[in-house]
Amino acid sequence: MTLSEKIIRYIYMIIFIFLTLTGFAQMPIFKRYHIADIPGLGWLAQFYVTHAMHYIFAALLIGLCCYLSVDHMLDGRKERKLTKTGYAKAVMIAGLILTGALMVVKNFSGTPYPPLMVSLLDLCHLALCLVLLFYSLLTVITRKHWVRYPIREIINRWNMESGKGVN
Amino acid sequence: MTAACSIAATSSVARAAAALEKGEPIATLIDISRCIGCEACVHGCKEANADKYPRPEKPFPRMYPKGVKAEDWSDKIDVIDRLTPYNWLYIQSATVEIDGEERELTIPRRCMHCTNPPCVKLCPWGSAIQLDNGISRIDPEICLGGAKCQTVCPWLIPQRQTGVGLYLDILPAFAGNGVMYKCDRCYNKIAQGEIPACIEACPENVQTIGPRDEILKQAHDLAAGMNGYIYGEMENGGTNTFYVSPVPFDKLNSAIEKGKGKPHLAAVSDSMQTGERLAMAMLLAPVAGVAGAAARFYRMSKKDDE
Repeated sequence: MTLSEKIIRYIYMIIFIFLTLTGFAQMPIFKRYHIADIPGLGWLAQFYVTHAMHYIFAALLIGLCCYLSVDHMLDGRKERKLTKTGYAKAVMIAGLILTGALMVVKNFSGTPYPPLMVSLLDLCHLALCLVLLFYSLLTVITRKHWVRYPIREIINRWNMESGKGVN
Repeated sequence: MTAACSIAATSSVARAAAALEKGEPIATLIDISRCIGCEACVHGCKEANADKYPRPEKPFPRMYPKGVKAEDWSDKIDVIDRLTPYNWLYIQSATVEIDGEERELTIPRRCMHCTNPPCVKLCPWGSAIQLDNGISRIDPEICLGGAKCQTVCPWLIPQRQTGVGLYLDILPAFAGNGVMYKCDRCYNKIAQGEIPACIEACPENVQTIGPRDEILKQAHDLAAGMNGYIYGEMENGGTNTFYVSPVPFDKLNSAIEKGKGKPHLAAVSDSMQTGERLAMAMLLAPVAGVAGAAARFYRMSKKDDE
C-alpha cells in the first residue's frame, strides 16, 4: 500500500468511527447506559454537540467520497479496480449520504416532512449504518479489500514464479 | 362579561379559520397584564384533553440498566403547579415592582410551538410532527419516551409518563421509557374550526389566536401601548407564542419559580442555527473533494509529461 493510500485509509477510519459514534449519540442511549459517565465521554450525551460533530464528519465523508470518486475516474492508467466488496460498501455509503442529506434538509426551518417519511428516513439511515458496520467487520476479518490492482497482481505472480519476490 | 368573552372567542375562531384557509402558521398572543391567575385555562385544557391522557399499565416492566427511573404521574393527575404528562398548561406567578408598586403577575405557561422546533426535528424516530399551521405535537402511538425532545427543548417542556406506548411492544427492558406529552394546541379542535380549550375557557381574553403575521403585529402594538416587552418572537429562532408583559422578561425570569416542569423566561438563542450553518459546509465538501482530485490529476499528468 502506498503512503497516500494509507493516509486515505486512516482518514476514512477516523471519519467512520466518529460518524458512527455521533450517529448513535442522536439516540438517547449513551446517558441511559452510562457510557457518557466514562471520563472524557460526557460529550456523547450532549445532543447539540454530537449533532454538530455528525454534520462536520458527514461533510468530511462527502468531501472524501467526491475526491476518491473523481480521482478514480481520472486515473488514466486504470491500474486500480473496485472489488465487489468495494462496490457494496460504496452503495451503502451512497445510501447513507442520500438519507442523511434528506434529513439535513428536513432540519431546516420551513421544511416539514410528512411523519411517515421522517420515520422511514430515520430507519433506513440506521439500517444502512448497521449493515455497513457489520459488513465492514466481516471484511476486516476476512481481509477483503475495497480495491484491487490486477496488473500488480500479475507482476507479483511472475516475480514469485521467477523467485524475485513481491512488489 | 360572558357576552364580551363569546365575542372575543368568535373573532378568534374566525381568525384561526382564516389562517387555516390560507395555510399560514397560527400564533397566539398572551397578554400577561390581563391574566388574573384564575386557572380556568388550566382546567379547560385538562377537560378538553382528558381522552389524550396516558393510561399506564402497572406494574411497569423492569428497565435496565439499574438506575433507569420510571416517571409516574398517574397517581398525581391533579397536580397543576407544574407541567406533567397530565397537565400541559399551568400558571406561573411572579411578584414584581410596577411603577413603584408591588404586583403579582400570572403567566400561563405551555409549549411555545417554535417555528423550527428541535423536539420535532431532532427526534430520532420521527415521533414528533410539525403541522402546516405551525403546531408541534408528539404522536403517542410512535413515541418511545426517550426524552431527547425534553433535553433539546430550550424550556424542557415535554413530560414523560412510563408504562404507555410502543416501547412496551418492542424491548421494554432495554429501549424506551414511556411516552412524552405536551400541549398540542388542541390541534384536533383547530382542524374543526374551533379554538384551543384554554382560549375558550379564559374569562379575561388573555389569549388571542390567528395568523402569525397578524398576531405578531398585534403583539407589537400591544407592547408599544403598554411600554411593554415581547417574549417568543425571537427566542429559539422564533416561536408561535408571543407573551406581552408590562415588565422586562429578565425581571420576570428572576421572580418566577423555575425547575422541573417549570420553564424559565430567559433569552434563548436559535438552537437549530449551528446545524443550519454547518449544513452549508456539506455543500462546499463535494466542491473541495472534486478540486482536490483534479489538482492531484494535474500534478500526476505534469509528472508523467516530464
